Amino acid sequence: MTSPLINYTLHLADNALILGHRNSEWTGHGPVLEQDIAISNIALDLIGQARNFYQYAAQLINRSTNQPNTATEDTVAYLRDAHDFKNCLLVEQTNGDWAKTILKQFYFSAYQFYLFQRLRDSKDETLAAIAEKSLKEVTYHLRWSSEWAIRLGDGTEESHARMTNAVDDLWMFAGEMFVAADYEIACANKGEAVDVVLLKSDWLQKVKAIFNEATLPVPQHSWMQSGGKEGRHTEHLGYILAEMQFMQRAYPGSTW
Amino acid sequence: MPQHEWPLWEVFIRSKNGLDHKHAGSLHAADAQMAIEHARDVYTRRMEGISIWVVESKYIHASNPEEASSLYDPANDKPYRHPTFYDLPEEVKNM
Amino acid sequence: MQAFDEGKIFLDKISREIKIEPQDWMPEQYRKTLIRQMSQHAHSEIVGMLPEGNWITRAPSLKRKAILIAKVQDEAGHGLYLYSAAETLNITREEMIGQLHAGKAKYSSIFNYPTLTWADIGAIGWLVDGAAIMNQVPLCRCSYGPYARAMIRICKEESFHQRQGFDILFTLSNGTGAQKKMAQDAINRWWWPSIMMFGPNDDASPHTKQSMDWKIKRFTNDELRQKFIDVCAEQVKVLRLTLPDEKLKWNDERKHYDFGDIDWEEFRNVVNGNGPCNKERMDARIRAHKEGEWVREAAAAHAEKIKLRQQKAVA
Repeated sequence: MTSPLINYTLHLADNALILGHRNSEWTGHGPVLEQDIAISNIALDLIGQARNFYQYAAQLINRSTNQPNTATEDTVAYLRDAHDFKNCLLVEQTNGDWAKTILKQFYFSAYQFYLFQRLRDSKDETLAAIAEKSLKEVTYHLRWSSEWAIRLGDGTEESHARMTNAVDDLWMFAGEMFVAADYEIACANKGEAVDVVLLKSDWLQKVKAIFNEATLPVPQHSWMQSGGKEGRHTEHLGYILAEMQFMQRAYPGSTW
Repeated sequence: MPQHEWPLWEVFIRSKNGLDHKHAGSLHAADAQMAIEHARDVYTRRMEGISIWVVESKYIHASNPEEASSLYDPANDKPYRHPTFYDLPEEVKNM
Repeated sequence: MQAFDEGKIFLDKISREIKIEPQDWMPEQYRKTLIRQMSQHAHSEIVGMLPEGNWITRAPSLKRKAILIAKVQDEAGHGLYLYSAAETLNITREEMIGQLHAGKAKYSSIFNYPTLTWADIGAIGWLVDGAAIMNQVPLCRCSYGPYARAMIRICKEESFHQRQGFDILFTLSNGTGAQKKMAQDAINRWWWPSIMMFGPNDDASPHTKQSMDWKIKRFTNDELRQKFIDVCAEQVKVLRLTLPDEKLKWNDERKHYDFGDIDWEEFRNVVNGNGPCNKERMDARIRAHKEGEWVREAAAAHAEKIKLRQQKAVA
């Protein structure tokens, strides 16, 4: 039931869902009312993107198994275990403080921005359409997170120190986004996926520009974690899924 | 202990071309750009607005029309925010 | 003499249904009553995000998850509209939040009850939001302009909240035995606290008369409570579930439902801090505010730096 295209679509979906889920942990606990609303909006956008990708993945799965309606957006999101999730390690990292949350969002939004710009030209029309639609949202997420990165980097001594910590904490999870998994290569060869290696220089340039304004150093160390795209995750994902999938696991086969 | 409450901004929204900007309410923001983004998040969650002005004391700032698509389009796909999204049984009237 | 004329003009406006606006003269007590009521209302929206927010990360489907985030986010928006409207009365949001955290301002005690199962999200939408709407619709005609306008906006958005709650319960009551049981249990726990939301009986409600005279309030607590019970007693039949009140019975003479005695002892205790979650809720709010302090400070500092740089550039 797996094909590179299914895996690739699930990978795109998992990225969006897990970060959306993380952002939604802020709902009700934001640093100021207006930002509580802003981060919840981004959570909603990401979960919306995830749903579009999952619905497509479910379609592809049903087509490949010849069993219509077996897979749905919810079965793929709620009934796979951690080793079947294909999200990057970056998005499953804990929220930490507002600085870490902002930076995680910034790294990811910059990546999504360049990714979706190219994915719009995918030979797979559904992926192209989702990318086109999502790009509008991502453009805003990138602007929002860039502005906050600058504000905090260039704000007070404390905010600068917190941002510097966040940069150090998250840097080693950034590299994975630009190392292609097998299914990404297979799909890219068919013109369905984006070759992520091509995104790296744009992404790095963006990060450098924003960090420059934010008076933040760009880390020099280059050792990068990887494995998320192939289902080898950090410990955090298991806890996310335990919470997220609890209802579906406790009451199997129910309609909600 | 110092308080860092951001200044208050008044928000004006034009919901449709051809109409006036109308006062929608107010909010807090550290600067004008943030105020516009807050206004977008707070006052246009259901696509009420296509143009936003924010005013702090004597200054007026308007949102950039070129950014309109990323500022406003995203709310378009959240139909569940509208009551008509829910099909309720006939017997339940006026909810 | 001056004050007398202003007072007369004020009362004249009230009687002719002309809205009072921020710049208008108003009695000090009117202003104080509004600040108390509006800030309490705003605090309720904000604290109210917590019990439901509990279930965002556990929502049973992607659709429900998105809906719940949108709903809780709306409550943040409603709190914001109300704080803003209250700020027209010469009090800052910071002051109001300070009063809440110091325990000097109240919020609706319904939010001191725990959300134990997914069905609670349905029950809150149907009953708690239903009761809130019953209270809020008349406030759209409140004599104070900014409050009335905020309420119009809020009521427009609230109706999706009640519907999504009913929709959750309806789905559960048509689901498996376990789901139906979950729904009934949630209704059993939320029913009485919901009807307490309308406040004490009229003869025990000291502020009601003055607020009615000033057209801040349009109906008494008991009138609204009765209306709510009448509506719910019918709607629960559609769910094929029951309300936990043996005395609930249609009274053909009164053309209303009769209902059982409310446990006002419990109400007073929860209001006074002895509810199951009072401390948790307040701790969560205080923590968020405290941990946000450096963020608010940094953004203010950055805005200040930009301003200075721009001034330098011009000079």
